[in-house]
Amino acid sequence: MKKTKFNRVHEKLGAKLVDFAGYEMPVVYTSIIAEHKVVRESVGVFDVSHMGEVFVRGEKALDFVQSITVNDASKLFNGRVQYSAMCYPDGGIVDDLLVYKVSDTEFMLVVNASNLEKDFAWMNENNKFGVELVDESDEYSLLAVQGPNSTAVIQKLTETTVEMEYYHFIKANVAGVDMILSRTGYTGEVGYELYFKGNEQDAENVWNAVFEAGKEFDIQPTGLGARDSLRLEMGYCLYGNDIDKTTNPLEAGLGWITKLKQEGDFIAKDVLSKVKEEGVTRKLVAMITDEKRAFPRHGYEITVNGEVVGHITSGTVSPVLDKPVALGYVKKEYANEGGTVNWKIRDKEIPVSIIKLPFVKK
Amino acid sequence: MNVPENLKYTTDHEWVKVEGKTALIGVTDYAQGELGDVVFIDLDPELEQITKGESFGTIEAVKTVSDMFAPLSAKVVEVNPKLEDEPQLVNSDPYGEGWFIKIELEDESALADLLDAAAYKAQIGG
Repeated sequence: MKKTKFNRVHEKLGAKLVDFAGYEMPVVYTSIIAEHKVVRESVGVFDVSHMGEVFVRGEKALDFVQSITVNDASKLFNGRVQYSAMCYPDGGIVDDLLVYKVSDTEFMLVVNASNLEKDFAWMNENNKFGVELVDESDEYSLLAVQGPNSTAVIQKLTETTVEMEYYHFIKANVAGVDMILSRTGYTGEVGYELYFKGNEQDAENVWNAVFEAGKEFDIQPTGLGARDSLRLEMGYCLYGNDIDKTTNPLEAGLGWITKLKQEGDFIAKDVLSKVKEEGVTRKLVAMITDEKRAFPRHGYEITVNGEVVGHITSGTVSPVLDKPVALGYVKKEYANEGGTVNWKIRDKEIPVSIIKLPFVKK
Repeated sequence: MNVPENLKYTTDHEWVKVEGKTALIGVTDYAQGELGDVVFIDLDPELEQITKGESFGTIEAVKTVSDMFAPLSAKVVEVNPKLEDEPQLVNSDPYGEGWFIKIELEDESALADLLDAAAYKAQIGG
């Protein structure tokens, strides 16, 4: 199993380590619920170094990115990040990703760890523009510092002004290390993602500096368990749960990143345009209930009058709302905000409301 | 890993504490650690009988749901009323306030199949 450069730190902190996408990753340090609340109320630090970083370099870098992703990367300027997805010709999703425009001739694509190998092969297979594709995932460490106090923490570690708008990034020297400092995250909170190279000792130095700076805010290490419940409260999709090669971006509620009106072509543009025209057959919906004794989970059936009309793709009991919440695909005719469906949990059917995302309003 | 000497254990990570003619059943410290934050316990407050090897309820934790399997067949005399509002007692005090049910123990020979502390420790690699 692969280890991130923070593995020794996690061991020392007594984290519960699990195999995630081939990496030994911390799922929880003390309590998922407590770690979740730390991020909502103050600041937490996630090691997400397992994520993949692929660099696209060359004169035709933009053309390549445009052809392989569904969003319109021509709208990007240097220092701007975009959420996007890659699709197969049939419209199924290869992966969702972040596109960073570094310069006219360089983009960084940040992909899911579990998909890296497949994504990199897909990119190479579809490299009709002679761009250079370099997988630098093993060289990069990635820390996500997330929460309302994250700006104050990061600002203590650099001379550069770190306050910036969501989905922007700068190159800065933070804690003595040159890095990409990005105003992104997967939590819905103000937060930063720190991409930097170096060995284990360098990584530990950054970790220690962040925790020293965050002491006054009672900064805490936070694991993948909290990351999952935080993203679910916001309704962000997780590849492998809510989206995969059998789902298209339109039914997944990702129409807002699927720019079908852009001039250029991209893989699946024709198929997705047709889906848009004819309408989707099912939709990813957000569901919630006041019934306390229900824990929705991936794979549970969604029913209406005893008929199975869909499945839950992600679920939890929201630590902030203290209510069960879930995402799931539902046949289009039942997928209306304000409507009611049921979760089938073992022998019980629990009525739930379909609402507008996010579950937790920020 | 906390494995009290005076309890009996099952391979499903439950413990049985004999108190004269009754016994308490709960899950072990190891099990609550593996489960993580317990969100609620799905246990019939009117439960009357458990049957050896069969599920008598479920523990819903953040990452997973786990069945509770009866270590023996017995009549249930009490279901822990505190768990309804304070399921986190399973995490904070698994051998004390976090107990699930109290059963009638007619015959201690029913406990013969259960593990002692040393055997349970060996099973969890402690």
